[in-house]
Amino acid sequence: MKKTVLMTTAMAAVLGVAAGAAAAQEVRFMCYSDGNECEVYEDVLSRFEAANPGIDVIVDVVPYQAILENLPVQLAAGTGPDIAKVTDLGGLNEYYLDLAPYVDRDYWESNFGGTLGWYRGAAGGDGIYGMHSQLTITGAFVNATLFEQAGVEMPANDATWDEWAAAARAVAEATDADFPMAIDRSGHRVAGPAISYGAQLFDEDGNGRLVDDGFTAFAQQFVDWHNDGTIARDVWAGQGGSTYRDAAQEFINGDLVFYYSGSWQVGRMDEQVGDFFDWQVVGSPCGPAGACSGMPGGAGIVGFSQTEHPEAVAAVIDYLAQADVYAEVTARTRNLPAHLGVANAGVEFEGASPAAAAALSAFASDLGDVSPIAFAYQGYAGNRAMYGITVERLSQAIVGELTVAEAMERAAADLEAAMAEAN
Amino acid sequence: MLSILTPLMRLIEIPMLALQRLLGINRLAWVFLLPNLILFALFAFLPVILNMVYALTGSDNVLLADRPFVGAHNFGTLLDCSNYLDPNSCREDKFWRAVWNTTWFVTLQVGFMVGFSLLTAIILNRDIRARGFFRSVFFFPVLLSPVVVALIWKWILQREGVMNAFLDWTGIGGYNWLVDAQWAFAWSVFISVWAHMGFYTLILLAGLQAIPRDVYEAAIMDRASPWRTFRRITLPLLSPTMLVVLVLALIKGVQTFDEIYAFTGGGPGTATTFIIQYIYEEGFAGAPRLFGLAAAASLLVALVLVVLTLVQLWVNRRNVNG
Repeated sequence: MKKTVLMTTAMAAVLGVAAGAAAAQEVRFMCYSDGNECEVYEDVLSRFEAANPGIDVIVDVVPYQAILENLPVQLAAGTGPDIAKVTDLGGLNEYYLDLAPYVDRDYWESNFGGTLGWYRGAAGGDGIYGMHSQLTITGAFVNATLFEQAGVEMPANDATWDEWAAAARAVAEATDADFPMAIDRSGHRVAGPAISYGAQLFDEDGNGRLVDDGFTAFAQQFVDWHNDGTIARDVWAGQGGSTYRDAAQEFINGDLVFYYSGSWQVGRMDEQVGDFFDWQVVGSPCGPAGACSGMPGGAGIVGFSQTEHPEAVAAVIDYLAQADVYAEVTARTRNLPAHLGVANAGVEFEGASPAAAAALSAFASDLGDVSPIAFAYQGYAGNRAMYGITVERLSQAIVGELTVAEAMERAAADLEAAMAEAN
Repeated sequence: MLSILTPLMRLIEIPMLALQRLLGINRLAWVFLLPNLILFALFAFLPVILNMVYALTGSDNVLLADRPFVGAHNFGTLLDCSNYLDPNSCREDKFWRAVWNTTWFVTLQVGFMVGFSLLTAIILNRDIRARGFFRSVFFFPVLLSPVVVALIWKWILQREGVMNAFLDWTGIGGYNWLVDAQWAFAWSVFISVWAHMGFYTLILLAGLQAIPRDVYEAAIMDRASPWRTFRRITLPLLSPTMLVVLVLALIKGVQTFDEIYAFTGGGPGTATTFIIQYIYEEGFAGAPRLFGLAAAASLLVALVLVVLTLVQLWVNRRNVNG
């Protein structure tokens, strides 16, 4: 009897260990939300877990700042998560897990072909490193109610930055709004306008080059707009370093006429503006160089090569890339799809008001105007360095620490030093 | 209790005696010091060595094996200036802006801090009504987290903050304090003094209370004026405490980071960027991460702090020796 009890206990222990080992494929997903993305991922991944009992996906929701600042250090130290939602698409390429051996290449190439290159960064090649989960494009939101109250006609679709600035000033003056215009404090956000002013951003060899005549022309205009009160100083002058700051709250409060941000703000506008005033998306104004470009971008889900469970990681990402799941997530999070099949089939955004639906289609239609330079810049491995330098040096010019010429000289030197230091 | 402890002590005694026999009584001291030495080596000495290695290597790789040796290149980059008083003439202008901002900040903050702390300590040392309550009030900000301090003052001073609401109500009209470089700097000094003066007030209060009462009684009998009493008795007898406060405040001032970073982010521009923020941004927030430059800058700061600490030790020793 005693022997039987002992054997049973031993077998139970062995089975327990075996079961534990089978259920031990824990996959940690570091996620940040612009709106409700992580919440939706958690929900759809619970269905994945039900269908794949051997894989346990833990969604760690973190602030965006953690993705920008902590994740790269964790990855360099070999202590990062298995999966993350990232925006530095090409810059983190050295840590990515190549999903190609685990997924259907044809499916991925045909549906994500346009964005797969962004994740290859400087390494190039034909690896499949990430699923572009939300396609974004920068563009302008305008407070239509303020235009109506001011009796100022809204500029046409092909209007220039100058025309929008003049109109926004007239509206702010007539309605006593605090600010005519604002642009998010981000190097990514000003890249579209800079391209429209003629910035090339790359030299003949395809290396990043921040300063040229077009970029300087935009920088001068940008600083002038801050000095004459066209642009809200709070956004760029109210911070130091390269810290990100948006002006969404000012727009939501009705203090701002023209707000240049991007498609990821639609959900927030929809929820927080409500019936307070009418708003609409007008895309990216045109610049003197003839371009009317915004910046594409967005976030993607990537796996990291340091994971102990590469197959499980690939399975999770591949599940999220399937058309039905992708369409559901896109509809629930109200983002533009990067999945061609889903985009072609059309997305019915869940719970979106007519204003939000119109805004999303306005952003989607603006994708055609995006300059090839902007697409290349989005996938360039050194773009994070260029964004940071743009913010720091333009801010110094805005507050008067440097002239525009000095700021441009410094920006060029900073980029040269950064490129020399980078791998 | 003793009956349990005695056998236990004997258990420890046996290996200790064996060790003592093996190492000798003098070397046995190292055995007792070993746990502390290991912790010190691991958490203090090793990071310092690593910091030095990072300062002498380049690239944005974290792993030392992937970092090429660059010698004094990082120090050269930081110190390459044609005029140290003009950051625009320096190769790494942001470093020198941070250095000068820190110098001005420390000078003003320490000056005001010591002055206000002394004044407050003198008032709180008098026989005033609700003295205990006021002592708590002045000490309270010290208990707050630096981020909480920053958020409270940001909430007060931002464009649509409490201060501007009040100024609008009085008819004076509000001001955008945090986008004006001079005002942002001035408020940073004020907030830092407000947040930390309670600590120094407490030290000075203890110093004041240590001054014998009979010296003051003698001064009263000699009909010395209050100002003369302050100048000739209080200040000289308080000077050892004042020196400690001064050196502590200087070291703390150079290390200022968290509350100002949360308050202004270092802006507008670089108006409130201090040296520790510069190190943080170069090493951790920017792209690419310039660990070498950040490590070199932190070694230069460490050098300044070592000098300040030596001054404090010298002052302490001088006080002890009378």
